[in-house]
Amino acid sequence: MIGLTHYLVVSAILFTMGVLGIFVNRKNLIVILMAIELILLAVNLNLVAFSAYLQDLVGQVFAMFVLTVAAGEAAIGLAILVIYFRGRGSIAVDDVNRMKG
Amino acid sequence: MSYSQQMMMILPEIVLALGSLILMMVSAFAGHRSARGVSWAAVALLIGAGIALLGPASSGGVAFYGLLRADAFSAFAKLLIYIAAAVSIIIAPRFFAATHGDDLKPEYPVLILLSAIGMGVMVSASDLLTLYVGLELQSLAAYVLASFMRQDTRSAEAGLKYFVLGALASGILLYGISLVYGFTGSTLFDVIALQYSGGLSTGLLFGLVFVFAGLAFKISAVPFHMWTPDVYEGAPTPVTAFFASAPKVAAMGLAVRIAVEAMGPAVDQWRQIVIFAALASIILGAVAAIGQSNIKRLLAYSSINNVGFALVGLAAGTQAGVSAVLIYMTIYIAMTLGSFLIVLQMRDENGVPVETIASLAGMSRTRPWLAAALAMFMFSLAGIPPLFGFYAKFAVFSAAVDAGLFALAAVGIAASVIGAYYYLRVVKTMFFDEPAPAFAPMQSKVEGGLIAISALFISPLGYLLIPALLSATTSAARALL
Repeated sequence: MIGLTHYLVVSAILFTMGVLGIFVNRKNLIVILMAIELILLAVNLNLVAFSAYLQDLVGQVFAMFVLTVAAGEAAIGLAILVIYFRGRGSIAVDDVNRMKG
Repeated sequence: MSYSQQMMMILPEIVLALGSLILMMVSAFAGHRSARGVSWAAVALLIGAGIALLGPASSGGVAFYGLLRADAFSAFAKLLIYIAAAVSIIIAPRFFAATHGDDLKPEYPVLILLSAIGMGVMVSASDLLTLYVGLELQSLAAYVLASFMRQDTRSAEAGLKYFVLGALASGILLYGISLVYGFTGSTLFDVIALQYSGGLSTGLLFGLVFVFAGLAFKISAVPFHMWTPDVYEGAPTPVTAFFASAPKVAAMGLAVRIAVEAMGPAVDQWRQIVIFAALASIILGAVAAIGQSNIKRLLAYSSINNVGFALVGLAAGTQAGVSAVLIYMTIYIAMTLGSFLIVLQMRDENGVPVETIASLAGMSRTRPWLAAALAMFMFSLAGIPPLFGFYAKFAVFSAAVDAGLFALAAVGIAASVIGAYYYLRVVKTMFFDEPAPAFAPMQSKVEGGLIAISALFISPLGYLLIPALLSATTSAARALL
């Protein structure tokens, strides 16, 4: 029988992978966008699992809001990425270093 | 409570939301030439929203089944937010006129308005869902603002860094929210507080830690401050002025509301986090600022430092502490906006903005009034009496001492001495170094007037305002505790 704990463990693993994806990855900014999506999906999984467990609809409504905002966030992230690429001609993470200190 | 009464409580948000949508249409159809008109209309909207705060928006209580709370606390924070947003719109046109190929676009005031709506929702949220939506509205507009100068690679890089780290912060906050929801069974602050008073399970503790980590990111408290210097340096200066003022107030208001209202019973748990963040911010903000040569970067570390002092008030967790946080933020906004207004005046004879501290050398001889004003802001940020910045620090430390946090107050005061060093270095550069080439003369009476107003506010004359400030912040704090 698959219970709440299983969902929470999967979600925690996804969340950790997302956070690691942002910090460990040194190659590509698109991968960072994917990692952010992974974090938000982990949250959604949590919310929906809790919602089913508690027999309470709020969690699912919350998940809908998160999905919507995540779409907006991805659009803005890609837009900024495009301007950045136009100026620098690269989207490698190691090149994001014009300011330091 | 009737529907129309509830709508009256969110009248400031309605005014701003409808107004910004109309202005967005105007800017879409009229194009670039509408930039100035849209800017002034946006300032008028902010003033209108400020007036709307006088009604039920400041005293109405709970609205929409507990999703929102219109009380004195949210009204006070919104007033500060609207002032900071209006100033950021007013100072923009002349800055963008001097840049190459990035003239003022009418989107700028519209984005600031959208961000202001989000911040208004943040400070009056009394439900985790409202909190999240408000926070995202504020952040998404801010990401675009940071990368507003499309021709400038530094601006694009600032936007990129702000976006990635801001989205990570939202993710962490959201993960905390999902845990809090799961282990309390509700997203309403009242119900959450009830659950927290019945002892802390592991899930509740994890939720609390994640939520505070996400919030620390938004107020740029150490150890989640690393984006601040880069974003402040790369973003256009009017946007930096905006970031250093309005979102700080909103995120601090949100942190206070969550800490006191939703997680109030777990005060012993979050106090440890807040004390750590406060001390780390004060010390790191002071030490890391010493080696900076860019004035915007210096002010970024100064804002980290100041957030630390405001958190000292929150660590007290008392009514006096909350009131001290609001006093601190009020005075901090005047100081930081004033400093950035002077940074905007730093332009060489061709009108191109310069940002190095070295270019301030000898300003006391070339531009004596401007140098005097900047010296006042720096002394005030360092907390040196008789300027008003001293009273801000006095308020937070006396709240901490009254709550029995003697060690925190002692270390904080000691660290503020380190902070004084780099503020005084700027003053020394202006008054005692050989003059660098003079800046281009100030052409805008409005900016001069704004500098004069903020300088007057933080001058010893500001102490006359203490009774009014105290009564406003005390009634705001009473709305929470």
